[in-house]
Amino acid sequence: MEEDWKRAKGPFAIIFSPPAFWLFLFFVVPLAIVWAYSFGENVGPTTIEISGTFRHYVRAGDPVYLDIFLKSLWMAALTTLLCLIVGFPVALAITFAPDKAKAWLLLLIMLPFWTNLLIRTYALMAVLRREGYVNSGLGWLAEHLGIAFEPLPLLHNNFAVVLGLVYVNLPFLVLPLYAALDRLDRSLLEASLDLGAGHLRTIREIVVPLALPGILSGLLITFIPALGSYLTPDLLGGPDSQMIANVIERQFKRANDWPFGAALSFILMYLTFIAIAGQAVLAGRRRRMMR
Amino acid sequence: MSREAIGPLDYLRRWPLRLWIALVAIFLYAPLITLMAFSFNESKRNIIWTGFTFDWYFKAFRNAGLLEAFTNSLTIAALSTAISVVLGALVAVACWRFRFPFKAGFEGTLALPIVVPEICMGVAMLVFFSRVMPWPAGLPWPLNLGAIIIAHVSFCFPFVAVIVRARLASFNRELEEAAKDLGASEWRSFMDVLVPHMRPALVAGALLAFTLSLDDFVITFFTAGPDTVTFPVKVYSMVRFSVTPEVNAASTVLIVLTVLLTAIGLKLQGREVAKSGGA
Repeated sequence: MEEDWKRAKGPFAIIFSPPAFWLFLFFVVPLAIVWAYSFGENVGPTTIEISGTFRHYVRAGDPVYLDIFLKSLWMAALTTLLCLIVGFPVALAITFAPDKAKAWLLLLIMLPFWTNLLIRTYALMAVLRREGYVNSGLGWLAEHLGIAFEPLPLLHNNFAVVLGLVYVNLPFLVLPLYAALDRLDRSLLEASLDLGAGHLRTIREIVVPLALPGILSGLLITFIPALGSYLTPDLLGGPDSQMIANVIERQFKRANDWPFGAALSFILMYLTFIAIAGQAVLAGRRRRMMR
Repeated sequence: MSREAIGPLDYLRRWPLRLWIALVAIFLYAPLITLMAFSFNESKRNIIWTGFTFDWYFKAFRNAGLLEAFTNSLTIAALSTAISVVLGALVAVACWRFRFPFKAGFEGTLALPIVVPEICMGVAMLVFFSRVMPWPAGLPWPLNLGAIIIAHVSFCFPFVAVIVRARLASFNRELEEAAKDLGASEWRSFMDVLVPHMRPALVAGALLAFTLSLDDFVITFFTAGPDTVTFPVKVYSMVRFSVTPEVNAASTVLIVLTVLLTAIGLKLQGREVAKSGGA
């Protein structure tokens, strides 16, 4: 049983205070200040007065910014869907692999995930750019076949951003998918296959419904970082592939409009929380249905 | 029957899935492997293989800015890992052992740094360190990295807490009570009974914190001053407009380091789990 803190005040204070103090001072306070700034106005080059205005939230609804929000949501959703399509078969194969192969396959998925994000993005730039490996490979091929070849515009556009987001976030989805599939009762799958259902039908009617809560949380774990990503659209995107994070960065650096940037940050946070709450509601409803 | 060898659920032994996994592996690894390969290429153009050389490595090592950024990153990762492991373990023990008012709210707040988008945390740190608690400029190394270390600890220690908390779930509380009955002080029973049980989680948490810190770009980008550049921030400024073999060389060093750390981590973790007699 858990012990009541009053019965051991000394040890409780020693164990609890340092992390609680850190969390409060270096996380809650900074976020609270940003939140307060989102209701403030720039009155001098470095002074912000908290006037309680909602102006910045209203401004975030301008078509220019609304477009960027919608586009970010759409890119994050597309990334998550593509990761699911690419990752599901991989997770399925890992789940039913023999132990030794399983360990190696998990390592295969994990290793890029441990590699620095900036290095991975840079590696993709080298592959995709105008003189990159794909274009020079195709150019070489075309030269030998005697066809005229114009380098494909692969970098600095929306395609590159989505490809980059899938590249970066794929492990985020494969690991929770694997965790969800691994918990399944195998005899149910075998029964379905024995009784004559094909593999696709078994996956559709047995695997997916049973593993749905895990699949949903995996989708959420991929969607959230994709929605808030900064580096990928910044390095791989073109002028029209900005996402919310890039706009926020501009407000805090070049545009020097902190209150507006603060409001945008909090809208992004609220969107994240809505996604989490939505997943929790879905999972809760399912649990009630299963009972 | 010829298919006898393949069981109904042996998906890994079916060729379409093998092909799929091979394609995914190529997708994940080809960019990284070409990046590493071309760090040994003589040509600066980075496309056509002209010959083998170590020149770019020498050049990267002579690049004082790059070297400094590399040292800074490793220092920040080491220090913030040390602080994160202590704070993460403490908060995990506190939540596991005690009942206290507003506990659910506290645990929710503790999970926030894990889910809050990096950019929001980045701007929060920027505001905090420029308006509330400006980090003094011109401090001697490594004190000048203080602001970045604080920011890194703030997003790393909740991850450590999650890992340690999961490990504590398998701890038999009676062991600690027995130790206290037999006369061990709070401190002795904590260090001699609880810490040994937590050790695998502490190792795993430390590895995760180290990687998260080394990997972070966005939060550092907002917290770093002009004289406190980390490796990702430096590489960012170098690759913004061009792709050079020097960056390939520096990246290769970091990739090799990551692979080594992962290997050491897996080995250590395997041994720790074996030693503590549980999976």
